[in-house]
Formats: sequence, C-alpha cells, structure tokens
Amino acid sequence: MLLRHTHTEILPREALTVNPAKTCQPVGAMYASLGIHNCLPHSHGSQGCCAYHRSALTRHYREPVMAATSSFTEGSSVFGGQANLIQAIDNIFTTYDPDIIAVHTTCLSETIGDDLYQITNKAVKEGKVPPGKHVFHANTPSYVGSHVTGFANMTKAMALYFSKSTGVHNGRFNIIPGYVEPSDMSEIKRLAREMGIRPILFPDTSDVLNGPQTGKYKMFPQGGTPLEDLVSTGDSMGTIALGPLASADAARALDGKWHVPCRVEDLPIGLSATDRFIDALRKAAGVSVPDSITRERGQLLDIITDMHQYFYQKKVALAGDPDHLIPLVEFLVQIDMMPIHIVTGTSGKAFEKQIQALTAHLPCKVNVKAGGDMFMLHQWIKNDPVDLLMANTYGKYMAKDDDIPFVRFGFPILDRVGHSYFPTTCYRGGMRLLEKILDVLLDRMDRDAPEERFELVM
Amino acid sequence: MKPISILEDRKNQVFTKGDDEFDISCGKKSLAGSVSQRACVFCGSRVVLYPITDALHLVHGPIGCASYTWDIRGALSSGPELHRMSFSTDLSGTDIIYGGEKKLEKALFELIDIYRPKAAFVYCTCIVGIIGDDVAAVCKKVEAKAGIPVLPVHSEGFKGTKKDGYKAACDALFSLIDRSREEIPEKIPLSINILGEFNIGGETWIIREYYKRMGIEVVSVMTGDSRVEDFSSSHRACLNVVQCSGSLTCLAQKMEKEYGIPFIRVSYFGIEDTSKALYDVASFFPDRPDIMEKTALLVREEVAAILPELYEIKADLKGKRAAIYVGGAFKAFSLIKALKHLGMEVVLVGSQTGNKEDYALLKDMCNPGTVILDDANPLELAKYVLEKDAHLFIGGVKEKPIAYKLGLGFCDHNHERKIPLAGFEGMKNFAREIHETVSSPVWDLVPRKCFVDVLK
Repeated sequence: MLLRHTHTEILPREALTVNPAKTCQPVGAMYASLGIHNCLPHSHGSQGCCAYHRSALTRHYREPVMAATSSFTEGSSVFGGQANLIQAIDNIFTTYDPDIIAVHTTCLSETIGDDLYQITNKAVKEGKVPPGKHVFHANTPSYVGSHVTGFANMTKAMALYFSKSTGVHNGRFNIIPGYVEPSDMSEIKRLAREMGIRPILFPDTSDVLNGPQTGKYKMFPQGGTPLEDLVSTGDSMGTIALGPLASADAARALDGKWHVPCRVEDLPIGLSATDRFIDALRKAAGVSVPDSITRERGQLLDIITDMHQYFYQKKVALAGDPDHLIPLVEFLVQIDMMPIHIVTGTSGKAFEKQIQALTAHLPCKVNVKAGGDMFMLHQWIKNDPVDLLMANTYGKYMAKDDDIPFVRFGFPILDRVGHSYFPTTCYRGGMRLLEKILDVLLDRMDRDAPEERFELVM
Repeated sequence: MKPISILEDRKNQVFTKGDDEFDISCGKKSLAGSVSQRACVFCGSRVVLYPITDALHLVHGPIGCASYTWDIRGALSSGPELHRMSFSTDLSGTDIIYGGEKKLEKALFELIDIYRPKAAFVYCTCIVGIIGDDVAAVCKKVEAKAGIPVLPVHSEGFKGTKKDGYKAACDALFSLIDRSREEIPEKIPLSINILGEFNIGGETWIIREYYKRMGIEVVSVMTGDSRVEDFSSSHRACLNVVQCSGSLTCLAQKMEKEYGIPFIRVSYFGIEDTSKALYDVASFFPDRPDIMEKTALLVREEVAAILPELYEIKADLKGKRAAIYVGGAFKAFSLIKALKHLGMEVVLVGSQTGNKEDYALLKDMCNPGTVILDDANPLELAKYVLEKDAHLFIGGVKEKPIAYKLGLGFCDHNHERKIPLAGFEGMKNFAREIHETVSSPVWDLVPRKCFVDVLK
C-alpha cells in the first residue's frame, strides 16, 4: 500500500514536498480558459505540459479537453518561443477555428523571458489573427503559487482583455464563481436568476465540462461565457467575486479599470457562507430574497437539525484549496464537528490565521498548514486519528491505510462521478455535502455496530 | 459542424491505403498549435524508470511535473512500493533565481535518511535545463556521502519527444547497471533479461512464469516489478528480449556493445506474437532442444485453455470495426493481429511515435481503405472514426471521452489500465474487455444516427 510509507514521527522537512496537495498554475489557467465560449486554451511551453494538463482535466471530468501547445524545442528554449507561438496562432485559427485563443505560459517560457504582449501584437500585425477573433494571455509561472493562482491569473486576464465600458449600465451583475465545478457554476447562476438578477458569470465551464452524451464530438461545446458578455462586464452594475484567491484579482481589476464596484465573498459552501452570498446579491441588486430560496435554506437547516447528534464532536481531517477550506471549516464547526487537521498545498499565512480564528474555541489542538502536503496530513492523522477525511481522490490511500470514512472533495476526483453534475455550493450543495458526510459516517456505524446495537432507524 | 480540415503541413502524416501513394511522414516534431496527443521527454523517462520499486524517484522542478505523475500508472510491485510516492523539490521563484542545487541536495539527503532507498533517480524538468543546475554534480556529491547510486535523468521536457525521454532513461539505467555490476563476467546459462516490460496489471508476472516453465532463467526485468539489486547481474544474461517498440531498444543496443549481449524484439500481445516471442527465445538456445519442446507444450496448453472462450467471443465480434491510436507503432502491429483473431476489422490505425519502417509495415498489414495516421489530433481521430463507422476505439486517457461522446466502445491499451493484456491469459482478458464494451447495450441508447449529421 502506497501510504504504508508514512511514518508517525514528524521530522522537519525543508527542501521537499511529498505527495502534493496542489498542482501548478497552468492547469488552473487551462480550466478557466475552457469557461469561455468557443475558446481554445493554448499552453506556451513544452508539449508535455499540455498533455499532462489535458489528461488531468480529462480524468477529473471524463470529458474531452481541448488545448493546443507551442511544442517548445531546444531551439525555442534558446532563441525564445516567438516563432512557435506565431505559427501556433496561425495554425489554430486555420484548423480549429475558435473565436478566442487563451494563451497561458509555463515555467519554461516564463524563465526564458518570452514577452507575450509583444508576441501576440506581432501576430496581430502580421495578420495571423482573423478579424473579430482574439488572442489574449495570462502569465502563469508554475514555480509561483498553485493551480488556484493560475485560475486567478487567467480570470483576471480575461476581465482585463475583453471588458469595455460604453458608459451605459447594462443592468447586469458580474459573478466570478471561483475555482469550482461546472455544476457549482450552474447552481450559482440559478440562484442569482431566482433572485431576479441577470448575471454575467465568468468563467463558466457548465455545459463545457459536464456536457451530455449526444453521439457527436464537438471541439467547442455549447457552454462557456459568450464573448459579448465578457466585453459587457465593464458596463455591469457590480461584481461579486466568490473565493478571494481565485476571483478577487479579476473583480478588483474591473473596479480599477471601469469602476465596477466589487464585493469579495467566500465561496458559498455551507449555511453561513451561502447566506453571505445571497445577502451580497440582495444588497447589490436591491432585491428581496424570494421564498423559493428561503425554502432551500430551511431544507438545509432541517437536515442539520435532524441529524445533529451524528455530527457531535466528530474529528475531521481536510485537504483542499484555501477558498474551499475556509467556508467548509466554518460549516463543519457550525454543525458541531471538529476539523482538527487542515492542509492546503497553496502557500499563504492569511489562510492559517483564518482557520485558527474559525477553530479557536474547539476543545482540542488544531493543526493547520498552508503550503503543506498530503504526507504531512497523513502524519498528523496517524498521531491524532480522525472520524472523517475530506480530500481529493489521493486521500483514498490514507482512508484505506487508516480505515477512515472518506468523502471525496476537491480536485482531482479520479475515481467517482457526480462532482461535475451535482454542486457542493449554495444551500442545495450544502445538502449534498451533508448527505455524503452522513452516508459515510452512518455506514461506518452500521459496519462496526455489534448485533445488539445495530439500528434500523437512525 | 464544418468539414474538418487537415493542416497543410500534416497532409503527409495522414494516409489512406489504396488511395494514397506517398510515404507517410513521421518522426516530426508536432506542429506548434496542433492539439497533439503527444507528451514530453520527462514523461518518457518517468514511465520507463517508474516501476523500479525500491528506488527513490525525485522530480526536480516546480510541483506540476510531480503532481501529474503521482501514482497514475498501473505498474504493480510484489514488494516495496516506494516508487508510488510523489517526491518533488517543488521549486519556487527564489530557487529559479538563485538555482535549485542546494535544495536538491538537501531534499536528497532528507529522503535518503528516511527511506534508505537502494538507489535514487533525479528527474530534470524543463526549468532545470534553463536555470542551469548542475544536477550531475549534486548527484555525485550525494552519492559519495550516502553510498548509494544517485543518478541524474536528463529529461528536460523541451529536449525532444517522449522517445528522447526513453533514451534519457536508458542512459540512467545503463549507468546503474554498469555501476552496480558484480565482478563475475561468466554468463548465467540459459538466461535472459526482459526489457520494456513494466508489469502493468501484473504482466511481468505472467511472462516470468512462461519463461520459468520453459526452463529459462530471467536475470532481470527492465523495469517491471524490479529492485535495484536485480541489475547487478544483468550483464551476465545470454540474451536481451526487448518488448515495446521505442522505449528500451537503445539500452539493448548499448548492452550489446558493452557486454556483447545480443537482443531480439518481441511482443507479448496476442496469441501469435506471444508464441513467436517464446519460440524465438527458445530457438536462441539451439543446443537445448528440450527447451523448444517445453515451449511447444506450453503454447499448446495455453492456447487450448483460452480458445473455447475466444471462439465464443469471436462469434459476437465478427465484422465489427476497430480504430487504434497508440503510442508506439509496435503495439499497433500486435493489436491488428489480435483483432483479426477476434474477427474484427481495423479501419483506422495511428501512432504517436512510429518511424518509417513501422509505417511501411503497417501499410502492408492493413486492408485497403484503412486510414493510417501519425501524431493525430482529436478532430482527425473523430472524423475518421465516424467516416469508417467504427464500433471500437483502442487508445489512452485523452481519447477515451472522445470515443464515448461519439458513442462507441473503448479499450484502454495504455499504461493506466489495471488488467494484464500480455500473454495468452492477457489475450483472454483483452477479448473479454473488447466484448464487454462493444457488445454493451448502452450503445443502443446513444443517438448513433447523429453520425450522419456530424459529417455534413
């Protein structure tokens, strides 16, 4: 078993990441680019980067994932990747005919210092970009931040490149959903519409990475934020950015450029974070919360109250991205669970402080680490066991090794379906999260119950 | 959907037997801007060395390269599983500016202290080649202190294709073999090394068992389920038996040159190729007719054991059409033969890394009308799969959802699968898997008729 290699003694590690809880910027940038309609992501680097990112996304979504690459050679690494990128732009528009090419860099092209502004401008001047078509880029060096940073940089780049202001409000609101699943993006749109708001959601991977079986293969599926919507973001009444790490930069960029006022909220995971999201929508648009949404909230609360005794003081270990973990920890604490080991691969002291504040009143020691890894999490678990583990698919090794009830949460999920179709955000997503948590906790009780305590009604 | 156009420069990489006359152009770098299914140098090195189970595999670079290759292959181990851990120096901005050598050295010592591996491989990623870390020097230094072989793998992603990665891996592996080689020069009688076999789903175990029954000693396997110490006597084998077209041929050539070990190329896929492989090995020892007798007996027994089920399956699969897109062309040869055995017709065949001879042979093997592709993109694959109305697609992870979207069966013949497809037993598994997917009733539920619309 893979994780039998985990020893309980925690030795200081300075130069090393073991079993990562993150991956690199470009895959996040590729994911964000897929959320634009008729857009082909382009990886400016070696062929392998593009192949790995496509494979990673393909395994997670079980959908075709399209992206092109500059196919760097030794020559381009010495003399720069300009010729490759210009040829790539030409070839892509000729062969695949997207409306937009979203270029992201890699550690290689960043380090050799390719100037993407200059290269894309040259491509335009040389007539490689047909009229009405667009090439824009984000700098996503793999040695800074994580996949979340890449998502944030690409999202900011699309806001800055496309947005325009006509001086007349379009009567709409920008919502930046953060690094969440296509299902979550639909759910966020649905709630906004229920509130009577016409959102411009960007990026929007719903109907791109959770498309139906049609018997057809379409290189560019029907979903994704339309070009005209992206352009119109500069005319919106305001922006609500969900998830500070993934979305705040783009929202602030729109504020800075076109004075579109923005609010940054946590991802709407769990009861209170969703309350804040709904409240932000309500205030921003000056509308009242419809009964339908109040009902959904009540249903989530109903599950919490019905089942609260099963949550009581259950210890939880978590691995994931900061934007997800903060509202999730808040939610778990709120329902009387005790998140005691929390790891994210993305660095940042603010994360640790926030988690410490959320868990300060718990009657036990809480381990939290930003820039940590799964190995560290497993060591913590071995030293102080938990009742529940929530992590991406790689968590299954720990779950099996230490026989822990396990809920898959985050990226990547390589061994189960559902995440692309059923949200874990907003009230309904909260209900689904609770269902998943209760399923594994109660299954465990059933499994371990002696015959006389094996209950029919729970 | 618009008609699918093919890049002008790619025209010579797409061939239809019977219609076209030109030589297929191959071995080219992918065109910039193509949605290629190919990977990089690092990927090639990583897959070859990964199954050495008691070695440390440290990826020197930013986190991505380690993340994407963390335990995604089905290479099984009968013992240590250190190879399945993901170790990375996780280089950050300051390392890029000041160099990553110190971090690498520290990481190696930290890991060696904890895990006491038998050897360590350090994989260089793109960035390492650019910032100019002297990885070889660091390895040498650590090796001197730690007392185990510490080998740099020069697998910077941009230095070529996956094939160049195989070569980098072969260089590192040869260095390990040469360094750990025991001082006895005598050959081990009736012995072979198995090269290019990675124990996906336990395939090495199946093949080892065949050789055992034939009376042949397997000295070492490169690299399926291997241990570092296995390689100390690799140089004493009489013959190198090389599977998989690209990956380890250059190591075999090197071992021939340095140790005088001849090599043969084989495939363990399908009845014909597996039998031929075993017979070829047996005939290498002509003064031992008993080995040939045992081989013949083995083949008879094994074939007899699987034929009844194969016939049953064949009845269902007869006349169904298959499309193949694989990494190495050698795999494609075996697949074509195996599919013929099941009564199926191959209508499309392509590879990522085939060479001129490979494509010449493919042309010979295929029926008129078969489309042959080098380094294809998803649009081309989809176009020809639909035109040829295939029932089955054989490929890897990136092709799978395309096949399913189009509504046809799929078989993973890549390294992520968990089912052994090697040997006679593997042929039975393969047939079952094909049958499972092609005959599934779910294809009756999908709107297959839409194919016609897509082509308009």
